[in-house]
Amino acid sequence: MFEPGILRDEEIEYLIKDVYELYGYDFSMYSRASFKRRVNRICVIDKFTSFAELRYTLINDPEYLKRFIEEITVNVTEMFRDPYFFKVLREKILPQLGTYPLIRIWVAGCSTGEEAYSVAILLKEAGLYHKCLIYATDINPSVLETASSGVFPLQQMKIYSENYIASGGKKDFSDYYTANYDSARFDKSLKEKMILSTHNLVSDSSFNSFQLIVCRNVLIYFDKMLQERVFNLFDNSLENLGYLALGSKETLRFSNLGKFYHQIEDQKIWKKVDHN
Amino acid sequence: MKYSENIELVMIGGSAGSLQVILDLVKRLDGEFDFSIVLVVHRKAQSTSILPTLLQQFSILDVIEAEDKTEIMNNRIYIAPADYHLLFDDKKNISLDRSEKLHFSRPSIDISFGSASDVYGDRLLAVLLSGANSDGVDGLTYVKKNGGRVWIQNPETAEVDYMPRQAADKVRYDLLITPQNLPEFINQLNKN
Repeated sequence: MFEPGILRDEEIEYLIKDVYELYGYDFSMYSRASFKRRVNRICVIDKFTSFAELRYTLINDPEYLKRFIEEITVNVTEMFRDPYFFKVLREKILPQLGTYPLIRIWVAGCSTGEEAYSVAILLKEAGLYHKCLIYATDINPSVLETASSGVFPLQQMKIYSENYIASGGKKDFSDYYTANYDSARFDKSLKEKMILSTHNLVSDSSFNSFQLIVCRNVLIYFDKMLQERVFNLFDNSLENLGYLALGSKETLRFSNLGKFYHQIEDQKIWKKVDHN
Repeated sequence: MKYSENIELVMIGGSAGSLQVILDLVKRLDGEFDFSIVLVVHRKAQSTSILPTLLQQFSILDVIEAEDKTEIMNNRIYIAPADYHLLFDDKKNISLDRSEKLHFSRPSIDISFGSASDVYGDRLLAVLLSGANSDGVDGLTYVKKNGGRVWIQNPETAEVDYMPRQAADKVRYDLLITPQNLPEFINQLNKN
């Protein structure tokens, strides 16, 4: 859908202000180009013909806010996406984490949960699952419902299975789910150690300390200043010698915190060195 | 044709059949540009970063695969990474986005052309090359609407002519270029 021009820049500003003042969600530091595309997209799929109509609905219908948050955030995700990343996690990072008595992992911006389940599978296969906790959070409550159900479209399983094998998985991927018509229901045990909760990276603070934070393809939707703030939030939430994993085109290089982190090989994984 | 405004950004979109045109182009760029060049080429989602390495071998300009918030500098070639859309929040940094595909494509040429046009307006030149789908056509229309310049590869010279033919039929272009004269036209930009 190509609709770049429905809303003007100043209308986007009004909208951001309304949503913040009425509902407390602050999108002012989201990457502007991408945010504008999302708002235009909402206008198209929900058939708003003008900015006034969208604004009126948002102001007067708190129920619509839920829909707005759902659609404004990008929820395109996959299991074992970028398999090589998961291979490094499996082979290099998990053995390090295995030395801790309790492993705490935060999947920040988990969307519908595919990465949290991928991490759970890795931990199972490494024999570490019994002593781990996976916190999976997102700004958007409805994606967390999907994550909690553990039910994903069956048609995706072929790709996931290929990704899984490419990540070094040795089992039959279908052992992890039960197919039912067009859906795949994942093994309940994968959810036992998963704590799903809403968390807004823009406004909420650190809630625990972790040895691994996974936040992939979330920060690309933020501007540089907000990215820096979130890096600080992660830094405060990460134990010394803990790891931060970002998306394949995201980097800690431009951040002031970069100097306190060692990059692992050529991967988008950084290890925190002793500070604060 | 005389233009009063200098071009600050050249966006080049291509799909099937565009690689040879791009290779011939980067070989012949003379590299004293007061603008940046961004390539948006359809490629496989999982593809590793071979394209930047390949182009770098032939180019005297630095060729960089864009990451999120990569700084935009003159006289450099940036490439949209596989499986991301490439956008512009401002003229300083490139922004990436992993939202839905458009025309079965991510990166989508339409999306990048549209976003570049929002930021650069009449300082943008958009070039559409060979390809097999209609990605890029709406983007060019939008660029034109915002006062930017539009060049399209002459469909007669395209290995796969669907994309440039669609564009040439639907968009009020400034120039039909060929793989032979494109480098020279870009070398001459802002110079007369």
